[in-house]
Amino acid sequence: MVEHGDIRVVHRGGSKINFREPVLSHDSRLLLCASGECVKVFSSSTEECVHDLQGHTDLVTGVLLNPSNHLQAYSCSADGTVRLWDFTDGILIKTLVVGFPIYSLYASAHHNGVLFIVISMASDKRSELFQLAALHLPQSGDQLVEAREFSSVLGDVSSNPAAIAFGQGGEYIASAKGLHLEVYFFKKQKSYRFSLKEDNKKGAKNTFTCLSCHPKDDCIATGHEDGKIRLWRNFNHKREYTYSTLHWHHSAVSSVRFTPEGTNLLSGGVESVLVQWRYNQETQKDFLPRLGAAITHIAVSPDGELFCTAHSDNKLTVIQSCVKVSAVIQGLVKGESVRTDLMVDPRSKALVLNGKPGHLQFYSLQRDKQLYNLDIVQQEYIHESGLQQFEVVKAAFDTRGNWLATVEERKQKDSTLELNLKLWAYDEQTQSFVLNTTVSGPHEARITAMCFCHTADSQTTMLVSASQDGHFKAWQLAEAAQTEDEGPFWSCDFVGAYHSLVPECCCFSADGSLLAISFQEVVTVWSPASWELLTTLSQPPGAIRDLCFGRQSCSKYLLGTTAKNLLCCWNLLTCTLEWSTSMDVSLLLSDPLSENMAAFCSHAGCTDLFVFKPSEPRPLFSHKAICSGKVTRAVFAPREEMLESCEESSQWLNRSQLYFLTQYMDLMTFITKAEEDRLMASSKRLVIDDSVAVTPFYLLLGKHRQQQQEKQDRSFSAERNQLPQGSVAIKELLHTPAHVLPSASFLCSMFVRSLLISVTDSREEKKSEEEEMESDKEEESECEMEASTMGQGQTAEAQETAAPALTKAQARELRRVKKLDHSWLSSLLDS
Amino acid sequence: MASFKPTKIQVYPKLGEKVTQDTLYWKNYKAPVQIKEFGAVTNIDFSPVAPHNYAVTAFTRIHIYGPFSQEPVKSFTRFKDTAYCGRFRSDGQLLVAGCEDSVVRLFDVSGKVALRMFKGHTKAVRVTDFTSDRYHILTGSDDYTCRLWDIPNSTELTSYQEHTDYIRCGITSKLNRDLFITGSYDHTLKLFDARVNKSVMTMDHGQPVESLLLYPSEGLLVSAGGRYVKVWDLLKGGQPLVSLKNHHKTVTCLCLSSNGQRLLSASLDRHVKVYNTTNYKVVHNFDYAASILSLGLAPDDESIVVGMTNGILSIKHRKSSEETKEISGQQKRRPAYRVFVKGKNYVPKQDDYLVSKPVKQHLAKYDKQLKRFNVSKALDTALETWTRFRKPEITVAVIKELDRRGTLKNALAGRDERGLSQLLNFLVGNLVDPRFAPVLVPATEMILDIYQSVIGQSPVVDVQLQRLQDLLEREIGYQQDLLEVLGMLDTMFTSSLPRKEVPCSGISRPNGLAQGDASAPGPQPQAT
Repeated sequence: MVEHGDIRVVHRGGSKINFREPVLSHDSRLLLCASGECVKVFSSSTEECVHDLQGHTDLVTGVLLNPSNHLQAYSCSADGTVRLWDFTDGILIKTLVVGFPIYSLYASAHHNGVLFIVISMASDKRSELFQLAALHLPQSGDQLVEAREFSSVLGDVSSNPAAIAFGQGGEYIASAKGLHLEVYFFKKQKSYRFSLKEDNKKGAKNTFTCLSCHPKDDCIATGHEDGKIRLWRNFNHKREYTYSTLHWHHSAVSSVRFTPEGTNLLSGGVESVLVQWRYNQETQKDFLPRLGAAITHIAVSPDGELFCTAHSDNKLTVIQSCVKVSAVIQGLVKGESVRTDLMVDPRSKALVLNGKPGHLQFYSLQRDKQLYNLDIVQQEYIHESGLQQFEVVKAAFDTRGNWLATVEERKQKDSTLELNLKLWAYDEQTQSFVLNTTVSGPHEARITAMCFCHTADSQTTMLVSASQDGHFKAWQLAEAAQTEDEGPFWSCDFVGAYHSLVPECCCFSADGSLLAISFQEVVTVWSPASWELLTTLSQPPGAIRDLCFGRQSCSKYLLGTTAKNLLCCWNLLTCTLEWSTSMDVSLLLSDPLSENMAAFCSHAGCTDLFVFKPSEPRPLFSHKAICSGKVTRAVFAPREEMLESCEESSQWLNRSQLYFLTQYMDLMTFITKAEEDRLMASSKRLVIDDSVAVTPFYLLLGKHRQQQQEKQDRSFSAERNQLPQGSVAIKELLHTPAHVLPSASFLCSMFVRSLLISVTDSREEKKSEEEEMESDKEEESECEMEASTMGQGQTAEAQETAAPALTKAQARELRRVKKLDHSWLSSLLDS
Repeated sequence: MASFKPTKIQVYPKLGEKVTQDTLYWKNYKAPVQIKEFGAVTNIDFSPVAPHNYAVTAFTRIHIYGPFSQEPVKSFTRFKDTAYCGRFRSDGQLLVAGCEDSVVRLFDVSGKVALRMFKGHTKAVRVTDFTSDRYHILTGSDDYTCRLWDIPNSTELTSYQEHTDYIRCGITSKLNRDLFITGSYDHTLKLFDARVNKSVMTMDHGQPVESLLLYPSEGLLVSAGGRYVKVWDLLKGGQPLVSLKNHHKTVTCLCLSSNGQRLLSASLDRHVKVYNTTNYKVVHNFDYAASILSLGLAPDDESIVVGMTNGILSIKHRKSSEETKEISGQQKRRPAYRVFVKGKNYVPKQDDYLVSKPVKQHLAKYDKQLKRFNVSKALDTALETWTRFRKPEITVAVIKELDRRGTLKNALAGRDERGLSQLLNFLVGNLVDPRFAPVLVPATEMILDIYQSVIGQSPVVDVQLQRLQDLLEREIGYQQDLLEVLGMLDTMFTSSLPRKEVPCSGISRPNGLAQGDASAPGPQPQAT
């Protein structure tokens, strides 16, 4: 066995961002959300991730603004700690160790020094009972503080963070669980309990799902399983409480929220419609429909300007208070299962898999961001549970990414299977895929496998689909018939079958000259040019699970895995079994850029990985127990730049990276030590100081600034008073208000020249600068006093630093510009 | 956010032939004018000069029609017996015709009495033609001979007796005055040169030759005989180029379109077929009422004249360009152009702030109702009379969409007698259409489930249900018949296919069968 010392399995992006309610900062510019083991800070205007707050070692279960300092935020985690962050700079301020897994976190401005946390009742983790406890913050200045001082406030609360909320002025806290609403008054230290009947006459479910308290009024809004919203009033009496009911949602309300001023109530549910109710005028409603997926959380910024909704498809939507969507932050969408394989788009190198229902998502692995969604089904999505929707079940790209084939199916209980095969052409102009051909009912039964021919050079591409109806079909791009008005379209070229067996997998050889199709226990090899059956391979017996051709120098090998736990390798030149080995391979795939093959073997509840070349008996790399459960989806993604690793065990990762999905839909990858070091270094260096949008201008300046800094560092070591080139010009440019500057076209050439490294001798330059200054004196005397003094000051400064940043011509230019301006500009500059 | 996605109306492949440039061209004729002649029309010949009159040989007469007249401009009736093959000279002044009584007559087109009579044949003369120098006449006869005659002194120049059966067709070269070709019932085509006293080329057609045609370049020769049309390359010594078998009865006449791009053949099977002369594929097809004996095409394809065995002459004139334009103009009455360009060419000034207008999505009425979840109303809209009859695919698409939304039952339920009978009427019309059946069958079952209790209450609905039942019973019968036919065909195919032994067992059979499946449409019948 080969050692795998320096290769690690790591999580790679795609974590949930809709797990807990997002938090909007006080100025509505930043958006915080719990994402896996870190807290992500997004800019609410540009949708970019500003930074990650890393430090927790387990799932983050809650994020909250510090009520006493709006530039700080608390986060709690299942690892039993509460951390206080400065989220604008991404600095960890304090860590409070509680010791128990925390499920949610609350705070109120009226309860200073106390945090309210939800922990499980018993010390046993498995317990289903939770309690709300008040955690007293220790007055210690240390970074790491033990916080053991807490008292129980309410027993038996829901673990759902939406079911607990503080009331008006922090006077009471309300909690809902099951059919009970409990309100605890801090002053009286007394709690009231209100219950609803389990079912009313119409069979509706009255279970509480969420609640929100009015900030100015004694009113609690609760959402219910049956879509009703109840407004509770007068609840400080045991008997005389009242409630009114609002009903618009047709199924469970997942979130209700009052705006900070209490004028509006927002609610959302599975319908994916944000409803805005006017408080006290509940008949007036505003709707924001078609938000894409069921709403799970609603958050409102402290100034009430922005709303933020989290959706079940791992998406955050930022909505302006005039009910208009302003930004969408989309993470990797993970359904219950990925029906299509993981794929890599040959053009954008993005990972492609099932996204929202009826969509394919293109997910950039490098930037951990969804690039776009391709609507495959093109039908209005009806948000209703129990409705059978069209699902994308198969997808395939051709080698150059010009064509995408998708299969969607819908199976109703008693009716026939509906199948559609769609072929999409890449459109250069719109940079996306455009529907070219729809084949309704391409087969009579489910499609088991689909693949494109690999040939890179040929003009005609071919698609092969195999189906449970016992046939496989070859589809080819046919030129349009005599009429010129329509372009080329796809049509069926060949229908094949073998002994009326069901074809399971199909695979083209690397050069596209052979097509292997497995019919249960038999592998048939066809020639796509003539559709002749060339040979059949059926030894050793066993139903074929997976089929794969070798690549490059190993293209004469055909590999297959059988249900009898064998991995077989056939030599196609001799049509004999080259070798076989006994292992339970759950997934076999080949690297398109090298000869390597990867086999995932499930073994004793875990999955092992073997990477090998078909021609060599020894595996290149093996890794035991990469994760628990079976791995059924994986892909080799080509790297942007090749790694130069010379170690034998990590060479297979040089050209492409292996990504896989675990049973729990976590996206994992393999990373080498060298790469990890590099990443760490780069993450340290990368300091984004603001939520500035990444514009071309920013890139230009930002890079320049970095260079400056680097140079500064160097110059400190080498020569103390060597200042970066052109700093004066740039400072001048940046610190002058834009509206008083001359037009950009005028400044541009000067600016660009200032960025160039001048080749002239610095001493000479200094001399010339001084001379020039002398000569300019006369000119300057014309202009106003302040300007000239400033100019002197500047030159003095330049002399002081002894770094003539500007060439003669540039300086003159700059002065001329200054003369154009008025005196108030210089006064501004001075101040 | 994303806007409402309208219901997808499935585009079904058009049944029947595809609309191509050729079909458009050949369909652009007016309704035919029909003229009754005294007997079978055996020959039609267009005059090569300007008004392009045409001579129609039928029974004992030759009528000359003008391009637009329905009455003959001129008639030649001085025949003792059936006349044959009235042909114009290249200047349009003279006309020659053979006759059953073996005499060849030459007429002046403006006169009435024959100018010359050529006597010498012993049997009926079926073929006459002028040579390209205008001074000689070629004749072919049932006495197996073909002869050349001199017009000025009406003497026989040469006689060739090489054919061994009736000569029924012949043609002279337009480029060389000495060359001519004859076709005979002895299955051969012979090319003669008047300068030598025997044929210079012989081609075997394989069937009695009925008609001959030379391409304008005279490099290719087309012959028709039996069910075959064959093309010969004369420059390669009479090598056969193509053999076309598109008719199922004897091909009687051939014709070339004015630009030489299309070849027309007429047959006793009552069809005229148009071939592309580059790939010899049939590009269009005309149907006629009776077996066709003769075919003529006016210059520039201005009219197609067809003579049939029942003595009917059918003339189709091309539609003039104004007429076609007028019709299309009436169909597309749209707002004026300036309505659309109004304000479009306004260039915003430098400081103008552009306020972009949100694009308003136009939705069909049923989509608007679907958007508001008014399912019953959406179905009502889709069942409106015009949609129901003209665009049944819209109705079907809406039913499918409702089914997908799981609200089809709600939409179908709660209808009164009128609504229900409308629905049933639609189902009766479209249920057995193979394109719609997968959607409509579950819907029909649902309707029957819902309205089970009201059967027998309304006579209107009962009648519709009865019709539906009849329709289904008939359909089941058709399906059974079709399956029987399919079974018979299978046995025939398996017995006729040679049993091929292949190294890998059982490949040839699935392949052949699968390909058969792919080409033939499924066993779904078209109920008409």
